[in-house]
Amino acid sequence: MIEGSPPPLLRMADVHVRLSGSHILQGVDLTVRRGGVTALLGRNGAGKTTTVKSVLGLVPSTGTIEFTGGDGRAHTLSGRRTHDVVRLGIGYAPEDREVFGGLTVAENLTLAERRDSAHHHDRVYELFPELKARSRQLAGTLSGGQQQMVAIARLLLNDNQLLLVDEPTKGLAPLLVAEVADVLARAAEEVTILLVEQNLTVVRRMATDAVVVDQGQVAWTGSAPELLADPDRTRELLGVAPSGGAHA
Amino acid sequence: MNRKNLGRLGPLVVFVVLALLPYSTLQIPGLFDGVLNSPGTLQLLALCLIFGGVALSYDLLFGFTGLLSFGHALYFAAGTYAANLALTEFGLGLGTAVALTTAVGVLLPLVVGAVALRVEGIAFAMVTLATAQVGSIIVLQDPGGLTGGEEGLAVSREPIPDVFVGVFNTVNKYWLALAYLVFVYVVAAWVTSSRAGRVWQAIRENERRVEVLGMQPYRFKLLVFVLAGLLAALGGVVHLLLLGGSTPRVTTADFTLGLLIMVVLGGAGSRWGAVLGGVLYTYLDSRLTDLAQSPAVQDLPAWLRVPLSEPLFLLGTLFILVVFFVPGGIAGLVARLQERRAGRRSAPPPTGGTAVPGRAVEQVRDRAARGVGVGAGQPRDGA
Amino acid sequence: MSTVVLLTITGLGLAALYFLVASGLSLIFGLMGVLNFAHGAFLTIGSYGTWWAAQNLPGAGATGWGFIYAVAFGVAVGTFVAALIELALIRPLYERHIEQVLVTVGLSLALVALVRAIWGADPRPFPRPEIARGTTSILGANVPNDRFLLIATAVVVLVAVLAFLRFTRFGLVIRAGVENRSMVTALGIDVRKAFTLVFAIGGAFAALAGALGGVYLGSISPGQGTSLLIFAFIVVVIGGMSSITGTAMAAVLVGLVQQFANYYLASGVGDLSVVLLLAMVLLVRPGGLTARVA
Repeated sequence: MIEGSPPPLLRMADVHVRLSGSHILQGVDLTVRRGGVTALLGRNGAGKTTTVKSVLGLVPSTGTIEFTGGDGRAHTLSGRRTHDVVRLGIGYAPEDREVFGGLTVAENLTLAERRDSAHHHDRVYELFPELKARSRQLAGTLSGGQQQMVAIARLLLNDNQLLLVDEPTKGLAPLLVAEVADVLARAAEEVTILLVEQNLTVVRRMATDAVVVDQGQVAWTGSAPELLADPDRTRELLGVAPSGGAHA
Repeated sequence: MNRKNLGRLGPLVVFVVLALLPYSTLQIPGLFDGVLNSPGTLQLLALCLIFGGVALSYDLLFGFTGLLSFGHALYFAAGTYAANLALTEFGLGLGTAVALTTAVGVLLPLVVGAVALRVEGIAFAMVTLATAQVGSIIVLQDPGGLTGGEEGLAVSREPIPDVFVGVFNTVNKYWLALAYLVFVYVVAAWVTSSRAGRVWQAIRENERRVEVLGMQPYRFKLLVFVLAGLLAALGGVVHLLLLGGSTPRVTTADFTLGLLIMVVLGGAGSRWGAVLGGVLYTYLDSRLTDLAQSPAVQDLPAWLRVPLSEPLFLLGTLFILVVFFVPGGIAGLVARLQERRAGRRSAPPPTGGTAVPGRAVEQVRDRAARGVGVGAGQPRDGA
Repeated sequence: MSTVVLLTITGLGLAALYFLVASGLSLIFGLMGVLNFAHGAFLTIGSYGTWWAAQNLPGAGATGWGFIYAVAFGVAVGTFVAALIELALIRPLYERHIEQVLVTVGLSLALVALVRAIWGADPRPFPRPEIARGTTSILGANVPNDRFLLIATAVVVLVAVLAFLRFTRFGLVIRAGVENRSMVTALGIDVRKAFTLVFAIGGAFAALAGALGGVYLGSISPGQGTSLLIFAFIVVVIGGMSSITGTAMAAVLVGLVQQFANYYLASGVGDLSVVLLLAMVLLVRPGGLTARVA
C-alpha cells in the first residue's frame, strides 16, 4: 500500500456465502472508501443484500472482510458476532425495515441506543418530527414510510463510521422517496454510506461510487456518475436505463 | 472387492453371523455374563435387536423425513398392549392377534398423524408428545382392569405356540427378534430408495420446494408416519412375546426420548446407524444396570458410586457428549473417516449432492424454529 | 356449590403451578427458539434443594421464616443450575436449535437420574409450613390454604414478570428478541446475555414451582418435574408459545378443565381432556390463544 493513502473503510476480498445448498456470493471483492456514498447495485438476486449481511455476520461467510475503525486500526470482521461488528460503528437499516412492531416508537429508539456511543435523540426528532408526535405509538401500526423513518432514526441515533442501508425507498410513495433521500443525503455529509438501491434517481442524487454485483461477483467498480452517464453500460449491468429512475 | 460390494454384503454378513450366534458357546467376559447362547445373553441380544428395529422405524420419521415426533412410544405401546389384550382378554390365536395389532398399528398413527401433521415443527412435536401422554394415562388408569396399570400385564400363554414360550425357547424368540429387525431393515431400505423415500428426503431438506413441485408433502408425511407407527407396533408384538407381558414403562415420554437418543447416537438419517444406536443403547442400559449392582461399583466411594448407579445419568451424559463432539453420531463419524481416507487416496472428496448419512440433525435444525405461534405472521429471524 | 368453589380454587392452584413452569418455558422458547426439556429437572432440583435445606441448612427449617429461607435456597440452586447450563451447554450451540433441544433432552434424563441416584426413587415427605396447613371457609367450602399460597405466588410472579418486561432494558431486549432476534443483534446488543437471563429466570420459577408443588402434594419424588413438564408444554402451546399473558390464561384454562373433568367425569379424564383441548386449539387457531408477546 502506498504510504499516505488512507486505507479503505471497508474491504472485502474473495467473500463466499453458501446458504442451504446455494452458492450465493462467489468471491466478492470490493472496497468502500471513507466519505461519500457507495451505491451497491445489481439485478434482483445478484447478491446485494447477502453482501451487506455478510459484513454484519448475519450470514456465515468465508474470505476476508476488514473494517478500519475511527482509530485507524483495521479490524477483521469475519467470524465476529453481529453485535461486535455493529459496536465498531456500523449502522444497519435492513431491506424490510424490521422495526419492532410490538414496541412503541420510543422503545424502538431506546433499544437502538448503543453503550459505546452518544445518543442523538434531538437530531433524530429534528429530522423526523412526526416520530416525536408518535413516540408512544406501536411501531407495527405505523405506515411503511413512517417505519422507514424509525429504521433510519435508529442509524442516526448513534455515532457511526459506516451505514449499511438496504433499499430504503423500496415500496414508498414518490414524495416519501424524496424525503428519505434528503435525510440520507444530509447524513452522508457526516458518515460513509453503503447504499443498496434500485431507484437510480436516488442513486444519481447522492452516490459518489458504485459497485455492481452480478451472480454473486463484482461485475463493475468505479465512479457512480460515470456509470450513470453511460446508458448502454448501465443497461447492460443493471438491465434498466439510467433515465428510467423507476424500480428495476 | 470394492467398497460398493462390501456395502451391499455387509448387512448380509452381519445377518448370517447373528443368525448363527445361538450355536456359539463363546464366553465373552465383561461384555456378557454367560456364554453367548445362554438364555440370559440371548434375551438381552433379542432385546437389542428389537430396539434396533424400533429405532430404525423412528429414524424413518426423524432422520429421513425430518419429523421430530415425541410420541413414537405410543405405537410401540399400542402394539404390545393390543396384542396382549387380543391374546389374553379375547383369547384370540396368535395369527389373529397379530392381524388385529396390524390394523391398530395402521389406524392409530393414521388418525393421530392426520391431525398432528396439520401443524409443523415444535407444534407437531407437542401434539405427538401429548397424544403419547394420552396413551400413558390410559394405561396407568387401568380402565376396567384391562391394562394392569402400573403393574403391567402378563400375557396368557395358551394362545401362543409353544416354541415361543419359556426360558428354554429363548433362542426361538431371539430368532424372531432377528427376523423382525431384518424385516424392518428390508422395508426401510426399500422405501427409502423408492420414489416416496426421495420425496421424504426432499421434505426434510426443503418442504416448500416439494410444494412448489406440485406434490403434497402432507400425504407423504402421513405415509411415513403410518409406516413408522406400524413397524413400531409390530416391534411391540415381538417385545411382548420376548418378555411375556406388557410394561407401562414403554408408554412414557422417557421411552420416546430413549428412541430419540438411540437414533441420534447411531446417526440420524442412516439405516445401519439407527439400528446400531438402538442396539447399543439397549445393551448399555441393561449392562449399566447390572454394573451398578455389582460389588465392584457398590464398594466405590460415594461420589463415584452414586452417579454410576444410574444408567440414565450415564446415558444422558453420553448423549450430550455425542451431540457436542460427534455430530452425525456413529454413522457420521464413520462417513467422515471414510471421506478422509478417500481423500488421502487422491480421490476427490464428495461434494454436496447426497447428504452425509447422519447429518440430518443439522438439516432439520432450521425447521424447529418454525412453530405454531411462531407461524402466526411474526417474522422471527427476518434480518 | 361448595364443591364447585373447592374445585375452582384447587384448579387455580394447579394453574399457578403450571404457570410457574410454563412462563419460563415460553420465555425461553420465545426468545431462543429452544424447547427446554430440562425444565422439569429444574423443578426437581428446586424441590429437593428446598427439602434438603429445610433439614440441613443452619437457620432454615420446615416452618415460618426458616421455610422461606429454605425455599430461597432451593430457588437459588435452581437459578444457578439453569444459568450454568445455558452458559456451558446451550450457548456453544448458538442458533442450532435441534442440537439445543437434544442437549436439554439429555439433561432432563441425566439430572433427574442424578437426583434419583442421590436421594432414591421413593417419594420424600415435604415440609408443610403452618400457613399452608389450615383451611379457609369460602361460600361453604373448606379450602386448604396451600391453594391460596400457590395462587398468590403465581400472581406476584406474573405481575413481576410483566413489570420486568415492560419497564427494564433487559425486558425491552427480551420483547424485541422474541419478535426478531437477529435484528436485536444488528443493533449492537449481545442477545446471548438475555438468553442466560431467561434461562436463569425460568430456572428460578421452575424451582419455585418445585418447592410449592412439594407443599401442595406433601411429598416430592424425582420424576415429578417431568410429569408436570408435559402439561406445562401443553399450556405453553395453547398460550401461543411466547406470550406471558397467553401462558397465564392457558394455565388457568388447563388447570380448571383438568380439575372439573377429573371430578365430574372420571379420574384421568381431566388429563385426557387437556390433550383434546390442545388438539382443538391447534387445529382451530394454530397460533394458540394469543400470538403476541407479553
